Amino acid sequence: MTAANAAGKRYLSDNPRFLAAVFMSPAVIYIIALVGFPFVLAIIYSFTDISTGNPELNFVGFETFRRVLADPVFREALWNTFLFAVIANLLVVVLATALAEVLIKDFKGKWLVRFLVLLPWVAPVSLATITWLWTLDSIFSPIDWVLRELGLITENMYWLGRPGSAMGSVIAVQVWRIVPLAAVIVMAGLIAIPSEINDAVAVDGAGSWRKRFQVTIPLLAPIIAVAVLFGVILTISDMSVVYVLTRGGPTNSTQVLSTWAFIKGIEGGALGQGAAVALFLLPVLIGITAVVLRLARRREVL
Amino acid sequence: MTWQDTDVPALRRRAERRHKMGRFGTYTIAIVFAFLAAFPFSWALISMFKQSNDLYVKDNNPFWFNEPPTLEHLRLLFVDTNYLTFIRNTLVVGLAVTLITLALALPVAYALARLRLRWGERMGIAIFLVYLIPPTLLFIPMTRVINYLGLQESLWALILVYPTITIPISAWLLMGFFKGIPMDLEEQAMVDGHSRIGAIGRVVLPLMFPGIIAVIVFAFTLSAHEFIYALAFNKSSAVKTIATGVPTELVRGDVFFWQSLQAAVILIAVPIALVFNAFLDRFITGFTMGAVKG
Repeated sequence: MTAANAAGKRYLSDNPRFLAAVFMSPAVIYIIALVGFPFVLAIIYSFTDISTGNPELNFVGFETFRRVLADPVFREALWNTFLFAVIANLLVVVLATALAEVLIKDFKGKWLVRFLVLLPWVAPVSLATITWLWTLDSIFSPIDWVLRELGLITENMYWLGRPGSAMGSVIAVQVWRIVPLAAVIVMAGLIAIPSEINDAVAVDGAGSWRKRFQVTIPLLAPIIAVAVLFGVILTISDMSVVYVLTRGGPTNSTQVLSTWAFIKGIEGGALGQGAAVALFLLPVLIGITAVVLRLARRREVL
Repeated sequence: MTWQDTDVPALRRRAERRHKMGRFGTYTIAIVFAFLAAFPFSWALISMFKQSNDLYVKDNNPFWFNEPPTLEHLRLLFVDTNYLTFIRNTLVVGLAVTLITLALALPVAYALARLRLRWGERMGIAIFLVYLIPPTLLFIPMTRVINYLGLQESLWALILVYPTITIPISAWLLMGFFKGIPMDLEEQAMVDGHSRIGAIGRVVLPLMFPGIIAVIVFAFTLSAHEFIYALAFNKSSAVKTIATGVPTELVRGDVFFWQSLQAAVILIAVPIALVFNAFLDRFITGFTMGAVKG
């Protein structure tokens, strides 16, 4: 069959099954110990009243969940997580597709445009968010200065100080930082479209809009799905944008599950409740997993 | 109407017009995106050189130096804050995470890409699924595990935990790179008398250089980006990374050191963006190899 057999099994390491076991077990053990075990622990914690003050595992059934659910802040956080993810990812898909179509073209200054467009994604999230915290400053915001100079406002906007504009700001910053990644993923998909298809469309005389909606977008659908998948995971599980911008405020109006789990579990020491809050992400993640498995079965994507 | 019906010069004029319109549209969209993406950074870049009696005047033009620019806040950042410690910590964690990731992910990727295992495909998907479990779900029990191991308030906590994020995605990326190397090269080396390990070391690994670079860039970026574990495990400033150190240490109570803070961001963001820009095409190729061809 292969050269390995032809050369004979002179070394134990030439046996594929032995080699596979040796090669895979360190990583598998590492992952089971540091992902699998904490994952199980997270589920166990949510059925106990464990806290940093009392780290005993007392099982209390669904009591921890009941207490978490009874808290109006939790319901606010659950709704916000959903709302932010849906709005942000709708915007990401539209903007990233437009950006990707531009970035695969050749034009002067493309290098600079790519560099600038990548900045929000490659800068550490918490640091990138710091620039927005300053840009949306209640007194010295340059956006407010421009609006004042244009005579559109007389008083400052207090972007992060009012519930509505704070929510808008959080969503905008999430979109701002995810669009570059999504655009890069869509670019990979655009490059993979065989040029014969584009040529055939051109010969058929389809205009650019018709081409976009009838040819490009259907072909891109699987890769856009991959981009959305990453986008959803990033928006529902990220806490740095909200934590740095608003800490969930004003009055919990931008609270999301990740920040609430952190505030409850780490800052408040209620480990069981924190774990239970974070577990509400699980249904979404299972849904995403199902999508990944479907895509994997179709083979052309994963 | 099909193209045969139209006279050719008119068609050409239309094509040229469309071409010009297209170029105009391309530039417009590119400039709008570049402006929006870079806006807060450009404001940070101006702010970091401003004097306080210029910056903190509400009606001063924020985009102009109303007072002469100053390097004072840059000096402050390096002399009076732990910025250099945060950078050093980030690099130390990045280096250690890179080594652990390569040591564990390269063999896995090789086994899955090359050994024609019966359950290889399922294993590959399982590894990708691990990547979908976010730190948000794990950080609370992980904090207990780290405390139990006595690693809290140390860089070891991050060095131990970050590979759980880098190994799955790196193994997946490296699989794509392994598949791109012809099997014949390795088999020829084995016919020439090398063991499989010898063939991998002499022939395959040197060709994996681009993939290894991708993993290095990825591990360092993660060490600079990761926020939730770093915030949960380490609270003393000697063991903070830039992601947690800069937003928490350059603030005293409610007073932000805005100029130094913005300088800290710019000095990190620009170099990383330059590296990524240089490697972008390679990443897209790597992603396409791993993902689209399968």
